[in-house]
Amino acid sequence: MVADRLGRQKLPCGGFFLGVNMAKGKILSIESMGLVDGPGIRTVVFFKGCPLRCLFCHNPDSWDMSDGSEISSDDLLKKILRFRPYFERSGGGVTFSGGEPLLQRDFLLEILKKCKEEKIHTCLDTSGVGVGGYDEILELCDLVLFDVKATDENSYKKMCQREMGECENFIEALKRVRPETIIRQVVVPGINDTDEYMKNLKIYIENEIPFYKDVELLPFHKMGEYKYKALGINPPLEKTDAMDKEKCEFFRKKYFGGKTL
Amino acid sequence: MKERKEFNGGIWQTEINVRDFIQNNYTLYEGTGKFLSGPSKKTKKVWDRCVELLMEERKRGGVYDVETKRISGICNFAPGYIDKENETIVGLQTDAPLKRMVNLYGGMRMAQQCLDKYGYVLDADIHSHFAQYRKTHNQGVFDAYPTEVRLARSAGLLTGLPDAYGRGRIIGDYRRVPLYGTERLIEDKQNDLKKLEGDMTDSNIRLREEINMQIQALKEVERMAQTYGADITKPAVSAKEAVQNLYLAYLAGTKENNGAATSIGRTSTFLDIYIQRDLEAGIITEEEAQELVDQLIIKLRLIRHLRTPEYNELFGGDPTWVTESVGGMGLDGRALVTKTSFRYLHTLINLGTSPEPNLTVLWDENLPENFKKFCAEISIKTDSIQYESDTVMRPLYGDDYAIACCVSAMRMGKQMQFFGARCNIAKSLLYAINGGVDEITGVKVVPGIEPITDDVLSYEKVWENYEKVMEFVAGMYVKANNIIHYMHDKYAYEASQLALHDTDPEKLMAFGIAGLSVAADSLSAIKYAKVLPIRNEDGIVTDYETVGDFPKYGNDDDRVDMLAVDIVKKFSSELKKHKLYRNAKHTLSALTITSNVMYGKKTGTTPDGRKQGEPLAPGANPMHGRDKSGALASLNSVAKIPYKDVCQDGVSNTFSIVPSALGKTKTERVDNLVNILDGYFCQGAQHLNVNVLNRDMLIEAYENPDKYPMLTIRVSGYAVNFHRLSKEQQLEVISRTFHERV
Repeated sequence: MVADRLGRQKLPCGGFFLGVNMAKGKILSIESMGLVDGPGIRTVVFFKGCPLRCLFCHNPDSWDMSDGSEISSDDLLKKILRFRPYFERSGGGVTFSGGEPLLQRDFLLEILKKCKEEKIHTCLDTSGVGVGGYDEILELCDLVLFDVKATDENSYKKMCQREMGECENFIEALKRVRPETIIRQVVVPGINDTDEYMKNLKIYIENEIPFYKDVELLPFHKMGEYKYKALGINPPLEKTDAMDKEKCEFFRKKYFGGKTL
Repeated sequence: MKERKEFNGGIWQTEINVRDFIQNNYTLYEGTGKFLSGPSKKTKKVWDRCVELLMEERKRGGVYDVETKRISGICNFAPGYIDKENETIVGLQTDAPLKRMVNLYGGMRMAQQCLDKYGYVLDADIHSHFAQYRKTHNQGVFDAYPTEVRLARSAGLLTGLPDAYGRGRIIGDYRRVPLYGTERLIEDKQNDLKKLEGDMTDSNIRLREEINMQIQALKEVERMAQTYGADITKPAVSAKEAVQNLYLAYLAGTKENNGAATSIGRTSTFLDIYIQRDLEAGIITEEEAQELVDQLIIKLRLIRHLRTPEYNELFGGDPTWVTESVGGMGLDGRALVTKTSFRYLHTLINLGTSPEPNLTVLWDENLPENFKKFCAEISIKTDSIQYESDTVMRPLYGDDYAIACCVSAMRMGKQMQFFGARCNIAKSLLYAINGGVDEITGVKVVPGIEPITDDVLSYEKVWENYEKVMEFVAGMYVKANNIIHYMHDKYAYEASQLALHDTDPEKLMAFGIAGLSVAADSLSAIKYAKVLPIRNEDGIVTDYETVGDFPKYGNDDDRVDMLAVDIVKKFSSELKKHKLYRNAKHTLSALTITSNVMYGKKTGTTPDGRKQGEPLAPGANPMHGRDKSGALASLNSVAKIPYKDVCQDGVSNTFSIVPSALGKTKTERVDNLVNILDGYFCQGAQHLNVNVLNRDMLIEAYENPDKYPMLTIRVSGYAVNFHRLSKEQQLEVISRTFHERV
């Protein structure tokens, strides 16, 4: 079977096979000491496969779902549980990131359920572009890190090489389930590092996700460039400098200061 | 001036028992570091002068000066000062700061090499007289070494053996001098002597001689103290006397011998009792209390020994391991944390970062939260602290033990260690494949092993041979150390340090291994991938072709981590089959200092893909770049190496993390580090060196050493000034895994 860029596998009858092999997940890697993706000390599981091609992406090695190691949800859970001593002390847990974890819907559901059974704090780091089933997934998430790419159709398409439609479906689900949500926005020099954009972002978030808990502005950095080179791809923002961290912090304070923890 | 309160009494008054004094008198502190004071004017003046001297030492190629008219001895040097009127605590190893002494008792040739390297000439009379009339430790050892040990030494299977320099790792209980005064201590030793009137067996004769040497040494320490105007014969009364007398007792040991590690013990909570008493009586202020601690630490930063280039290759950075153990819990559940525990760590702020003294925090989850956070904060700022698990050591050593060198625990005044360096467990694996023949020299080092001639290595066959090699190596290694310590006791006895132990203390003989992760990964490659040996014209395997992937140590994967556990268990149990000199107890460490670079040079290509000459990983660390699942998976792997009864001399782990990966804000970083330490140690792990820094900074420091003269980093059980490492060692440190999250 060949997967399309959504990770959907075409069945011989012409329909789609949703999810990958039910019980097996495709994983790029596991970071056992994630300290910046959710509260406390977290195990971050990077899923394979992503339908977006964001200009600032620092994990291009996660795009393709045809490689990467397969793992069952039981085996993944075993690995996660090894770090329980760290979760308990720090108020941490597990974060599913990627790639886009929503693409592997069934596997994500399975592992989320198992983590909840073990009373592990679960966090989903997503752009909201998956293959549906969002309500069920979000019910199992203690925290969602929602990555906003852009606030209008045109700039979204420029930034991600794809239409905005699917993430709107996800936002609808977010509104229904209302999990604790932190908004994340990568700030890129020359693209969205302006007062104008920040104003738009604030309006967009307050309209779309008024229950958000916090906003994190992540400065664009160049540390993922070597991965592009290893894949033989030209980094799309090769000529763009890393974002000034202090300027980012300035924007955060100016526009989103009130909501900070 | 108010009256000082009386100390609370206890059995410490009727017997030599410092622990009892501490337990009855210390004041637990659970607050924050807010009370701490900056450096006093006097401290600043003294330290400024030291900074100049240290810069000059660096300019002179690492050695400031050498005393050539006198040799080592407790009372062989005139008093020396840095800036006499501003020194609150006095005493130097020789008559001037940073001037190194020559110790000939270890071996003449070694001493001569040191002098030659730095361009000094020993007084001709001393040289000829010593050579003519006095046998050295080194001569004794080589008179007794059997052929198998000589072969193992030259092949690089055993390295760093203390057969030509002071063995070190003996910690006198220096607190006894301020608490009791030397008169009482001498009296106590004389009583011990009286009890040894029975049959004159070997051991009784030796003990009687040693006790008399100890008494003699205590008298010499008294005389040395007198030259500095200090009376140590009576118990100290003031805080200043307590610090001063404790320091002089310590200093004597560094004048008498050049032990590799000259650790100071566990002094902060003891001294706090005197400092707290003087503070309460209004005799001193907080600034003066900090001044006493700062000035003691300044002195400890200046301890030096003259070393050969070969020594520096093994133990890079000119370390002296003036290890001080801070914190820990008492057996009654009270933390042994006092304000002076904070004052000690605070010297890293008042005086700037420094590798010495080797500040070691004895960690337990139940330490006061404020203290844990303070330690983490200082770690993040200075990269100068190491952590060791009080939780795993306290049940084995009680609550009055200290760390010698990097990771070696011993009860204060009740146990001593025979330091036994280490053997190359990675090379041993190559011997298992090549039938005991060295892969580089072609010399047969291990007898009785059949070479493996298969085209594809079989795990079962290799492991069977590996066990045989370990059996032989363990026996040969014990022989080497029994000889070394017999001769060291005979020709280079550390009388002043052993005078501050109970008579005939329990002995621990500390063996060590290097190359644990390379050996485990190589076995994993053989077991889980396909390893094809490539043989040279003599039939010796010198290279490997490895087909397929295999689990690597450092990813919390039991398939390989348990191979590492099998190795240490087997080797430890083999060592224990052999009787030790003076009925010492066997211990083992996975600790390399910086010798992993040199060991790597002498080790051929290994089946894990490491090429000939490349460094081994330090201590029990995973090989850099192979721990791909993040820091905690790496820590989890190391935490599996058993401490109790197996690696009971220590399991060293060094981890480096970039600041931004540790958390977004300062508070988050501190909290995260505390949680990492709690999580790691609750699994039974023993040691962690923490570096919070960026690799880029090290690269810059490598390229522009002048920009970072004081840059301190932790390597393997100790900290070093980065610029004092050899270029090779610096590159190895740079190549290590830096945990970061992009």
